Amino acid sequence: MTTMDARSLGTSVRRIEGPDKVTGTATYAGDTPVAGEALVLHPVQATIARGEVTGIDTAAAAALPGVVAVLTHADAPRLVETDDPEHRVLQDTTVHHRGQFVAAVLAESREVAAQAAALVVVTYAEAPSSTAFDPDGETYAPSVLGNGQPADSSVGDPDAALAAAPVVMKASYSTPMEHHNPMEPHSTTATWVDGRAEVWEASQGAELARQTLATLFDAEVVVRSPHVGGGFGTKGFLHAGSVLTVLAARTVPGRPVRFALGRRQMFETVGYRPATVQHMSLGASTDGTLEVVAHDVVGATARYKEFVEPAGGSTRSMYAAPHRRTSHRAVALDLDAPTYMRAPGEAPGSFGLECAMDELAVELGMDPIELRVRNEPDVHPEMGLPFSSRGLVECLRTGAERFGWSTWDRAPRSRLVDGWWHGVGVGCGTFPAFRMPGSTAEITFTGGRYVVAIGAADIGQGARTVLTQIAADALGVDVGSIAVEIGSTEVPVGSIAGGSAGTASWGSTVVEAADRFRDKYGDSPDDGDHADAATPDNPWAEEYAMAAFCAQFAEVAVHADTGEVRVPRLLGVFGAGRILNPALARSQLQGGMVWGLSMALHEESVVDPRFGEVINHDFANYHVASNADVRDVEAVWIDEDDPYVNPMGAKGIGEVGIVGVAAAIANAAYHATGVRVRSLPLTCDAFLEG
Amino acid sequence: MTTTIPLSITVDGEQRDLAVDPRTTLLDALRDRLGVTTPKKGCDHGQCGACTVLLDGRRVLSCLTLAVAKDGADVVTANGLGEQHPVSEAFLANDAFQCGFCTPGQVCSAVGALDEARRGMPSAATADLTGPVELDRAEIAERMSGNLCRCAAYVNIVTAVEEAATR
Repeated sequence: MTTMDARSLGTSVRRIEGPDKVTGTATYAGDTPVAGEALVLHPVQATIARGEVTGIDTAAAAALPGVVAVLTHADAPRLVETDDPEHRVLQDTTVHHRGQFVAAVLAESREVAAQAAALVVVTYAEAPSSTAFDPDGETYAPSVLGNGQPADSSVGDPDAALAAAPVVMKASYSTPMEHHNPMEPHSTTATWVDGRAEVWEASQGAELARQTLATLFDAEVVVRSPHVGGGFGTKGFLHAGSVLTVLAARTVPGRPVRFALGRRQMFETVGYRPATVQHMSLGASTDGTLEVVAHDVVGATARYKEFVEPAGGSTRSMYAAPHRRTSHRAVALDLDAPTYMRAPGEAPGSFGLECAMDELAVELGMDPIELRVRNEPDVHPEMGLPFSSRGLVECLRTGAERFGWSTWDRAPRSRLVDGWWHGVGVGCGTFPAFRMPGSTAEITFTGGRYVVAIGAADIGQGARTVLTQIAADALGVDVGSIAVEIGSTEVPVGSIAGGSAGTASWGSTVVEAADRFRDKYGDSPDDGDHADAATPDNPWAEEYAMAAFCAQFAEVAVHADTGEVRVPRLLGVFGAGRILNPALARSQLQGGMVWGLSMALHEESVVDPRFGEVINHDFANYHVASNADVRDVEAVWIDEDDPYVNPMGAKGIGEVGIVGVAAAIANAAYHATGVRVRSLPLTCDAFLEG
Repeated sequence: MTTTIPLSITVDGEQRDLAVDPRTTLLDALRDRLGVTTPKKGCDHGQCGACTVLLDGRRVLSCLTLAVAKDGADVVTANGLGEQHPVSEAFLANDAFQCGFCTPGQVCSAVGALDEARRGMPSAATADLTGPVELDRAEIAERMSGNLCRCAAYVNIVTAVEEAATR
């Protein structure tokens, strides 16, 4: 097995749509020019967490000049029943969560639409609700995790091994509810023409959006997502607002309807990362060899739609131990449904596991890097398969050298500089490398260029650019000879930009189509020559475990008097196969690392259990890392040749960047201060004495 | 219909006449009424910076600016600056964006911030309030912190602004 020859791959080709983005002329779903004046949709949202709508008075709203329609469950078009309750928009009177859409105004202007929505009077019969996450309260065993993995796993006899282990470390870690908050709020522009819906949607997968809408409306649907202003998981599956917009547009055939969520609605209707409490139990011999690893998770989910964060998932593959267990229990709440958020499972789960490993290292009096190296597995610890490549130890060694790890005294609270306690910490992580089936790539030679069409999504990761590079190398031509067409259901189907599998899936498909093209036409095609291919199966998928790995290093400064936490330095070292475009990869990995910093220091959605509402529902109160929070952030990678993952030899890098960062920062904060904080985010008060 | 008020503004060098609901923000006037979609709406609360434009030469949050209050104003968006502008070029050269949604605001904000620094205006990160502003990375990061980037291109944004400052 070898990976394909690279000429363009491995070079930093600039983003193809860069000029459109710096001038703001790239059209996002809310920017698209449409034929005719677009009507503005403004929703009316439930003010109770659970119950029934008993009445809606729309008279005052409907009477306002400029209002075209007020839609409620009583008169909205019927949708085809599906198994996703989130999509049953305005179909009945049930309220599942506060903020749920219960009516919508269509008006000629956004000012009038907002005014009219405020005039709609909704009455409710409120039912008792539960919206506070209590990990010690009533839980249930989910049948499956959000990523399709089983909820529990067990090898050997973990309880007996814990009882017998010479060194035991047990602790509980908690991670809060967090919201994705891409800069572009979810936006939909929809027009029905002759029974067919044309939809501009901020989506990580136009085809998945099309399938969902076509099923719900039993109609032909076209979805276009040429540019997407960030996704991070929340724009994977369609949410209620998109369905609401297409539903409302159906009542005004021929007129475009536009709905861009407000920032506050981004905390109410488009999913989030649910809170977890993680009970870690590690048992080791005195030389640091792990005997047992147990990761027992309790996580929040929604009562009306289950999504269980697979926080224990990566613990199944990180370290060797003969006895092991992961388990997940869920607490059902009357909230909007949680969903995938950048590194679902791995991001919060690595906080539990990697802090616990740090605590065990302290217990053993061992360097935390050496503890991890000692427990490096030969094969996947639960599946028994060899890894196609596994760079964890090399990432740790490379990072330690580059970071100057050995220059630090391992004793906590040993470096005070100008009133700030400084320390360093390490956290590791992994993210699986897989390939989604179901894409088709079409290559047509026309006008001296190869047009490569596939319904991929560019959400900022650079799909347009890297697919151009892949196609160029697979066809043996310059990137200037390639024109990539993506982001629409008017080109052949593409799988979603998710699971860090976009480039692997679309790229493998493009390579397959290119191989067929060259087989048929050689290197001197005629105008109109054409080939296509579906995503090939990976013949090695059952032979090897495949994943990217990382080692994250943080230097943290904690103010001796105020407890303020800063992160002057982050270094991430990644083993992710061949890096296809170093500049774009560095941007994406650094971005992931800053997500980790933001998770460590800032992010927490706070629910008021009296009302079931996220009370810090804006950027003034829900803090995401700003420019001044970020100092020296460096992402580097090891040389890793993996001929098994895909023809490009590339593993996904969209998510692994965040994994392990929060643990590295918490471990560094412990090293700086001697204070162990097991709950995110790390706020000042946790570091104040007394 | 609601009462509308006429006004005239210059947008990227072109005079535009329109009549707006007095509640209309400059951002909505640009996007909904004039079809100028370069400035983006990320929060509508002045908390993210995606809507930043240059208004009579200064960077402002167009979502917190009422259109009717700006009759006769000169508005420049990132599109008006163009991809040849030193700041835009530096953003392209340093891959200072990913999804691109916050980028037009970042570019306008950077142009405004560089001008403020040249005029000697201090920021919270400025140590010496009496001398000329030295634009080191911490100073640039502070001045660009009104523009959130969830893709977190911050490291490259600072490099781009640092580079543009020397041109």
